[in-house]
Amino acid sequence: MARIIAGVASSHVPAIGAAIDNKQTEEPYWKRVFSGFERSKEWMANTKPDVCIVVYNDHASAFSVEIVPTFALGCAAAFPPADEGWGPRPVPVVKGHPELASHIAQSVILDEFDITVVNKMTVDHGLTVPMNLLFGSPDAWPCPVIPLAVNVVLYPPPTGHRCFMLGRAIRKAVEAYPDDLRVVIFGTGGMSHQISGPRAGLINSKFDKAFLDNLTKDPQKLARIPHLEYMREAGAEGIEMVMWLIMRGALDDKVDEVYRFYTVPASNTAVGHIILENRRRGAKAAGKRKAAPAKLRRAAARAKVERVRG
Amino acid sequence: MARQQRDYDDIPGTFVFDQERSRQGFGINMFCMSLMQDENRKAFKANEAEYLKKFNLTPEQTEAVLKRDYNRMLELGGNIYFTAKLGATDGHSFRHLAAVMTGSTQEDYADMMLAGGRSVEGNRSKSGGFEKSAGVGAAAKPATRKANRQKAKPKAKARAKQARSRRG
Repeated sequence: MARIIAGVASSHVPAIGAAIDNKQTEEPYWKRVFSGFERSKEWMANTKPDVCIVVYNDHASAFSVEIVPTFALGCAAAFPPADEGWGPRPVPVVKGHPELASHIAQSVILDEFDITVVNKMTVDHGLTVPMNLLFGSPDAWPCPVIPLAVNVVLYPPPTGHRCFMLGRAIRKAVEAYPDDLRVVIFGTGGMSHQISGPRAGLINSKFDKAFLDNLTKDPQKLARIPHLEYMREAGAEGIEMVMWLIMRGALDDKVDEVYRFYTVPASNTAVGHIILENRRRGAKAAGKRKAAPAKLRRAAARAKVERVRG
Repeated sequence: MARQQRDYDDIPGTFVFDQERSRQGFGINMFCMSLMQDENRKAFKANEAEYLKKFNLTPEQTEAVLKRDYNRMLELGGNIYFTAKLGATDGHSFRHLAAVMTGSTQEDYADMMLAGGRSVEGNRSKSGGFEKSAGVGAAAKPATRKANRQKAKPKAKARAKQARSRRG
């Protein structure tokens, strides 16, 4: 049986990708950003997931304004890096996991999440930058990746609650997959930033830190944040943070925060990063929880009858 | 038809790329998308006004593109991820464009970002409300609680009534 063991969230600022590609990671401005991911790379090297699901958004690369899918699940065998106008990033081709991806599609659609299945797609910095931050710059990515592209460019994106519930449906799908696979799910984008209009440059560290805290403390509260509040408090493009809630929804109710990093700025953006682990590593899936013993069930039934009789 | 007022129009200095703007700005965004290809970038640079004719822009949109008025492009339906491709064609980064849109010099903008960015204080609302943030999700929570209380009461009353009638 496959299971989700951990969730990772990270910003996906394009300038971070450019800094890697142009070998500027040792410059003081960038070293401040990259040093925050050293421990994350160690964690990932030790965790060795079999598959990663990466929730990200496309930035007018694979999808223009011609077709705007709200949720697009990559079911292809490979996803080449997109040419974002400067030639494709010099990163390895992302290998997919078509079997698990199509299994997830089949499951979540029947759970009433009408996602779009994509069998041919390039992936842009939204996906490859977080991969670099967690895996470094290898010749080949160490595990297959299932991209899940979310529309956060054309308003309105899916609500935070919808994202959270999709995460839960993904967890259910993964846990129903017969092969033993250890899966890590990424939520990317954010944190507070605005790159458009006269208010560009907006950063709200207070909002970001509360958001990071509540990923473990009270994720349901985060799922209730309305779009207006994201845009007002965290910048027009800060609304990307709804994607973190898919990751969070796919994890168990109780998680342990194992690492966090936050710095301002990278280009126009607050960089936030967190690693959350499910507690019951090796335990059975939620759906297979042991039923209460017959004695207790009978006692509960008796109590109910008595309450009704008053 | 005039633009329908939306709750997010109250956020200062922000043009939300919504369905209405997307409809109006299709041509601008498709023009920007075309700049992903080198031969198109060259054709555009060779004769900008002529190249733009292919995309059915309004005169206002054409003028905004030719003048590189990035805020006006957003207002008329352009989206930043698309207009950034025009910026890239001119050799400019996202950060460069951001500085241009805020009306500050490149140096001042870079300094502001290094100092922690533009504060949200005083930048939340045109109407002047919302200046005291009560924290993440706070706007949603009191309303929900209140709604729950209001909902809970009639139910509780109904249950009590039911119980009484059963006893009787």
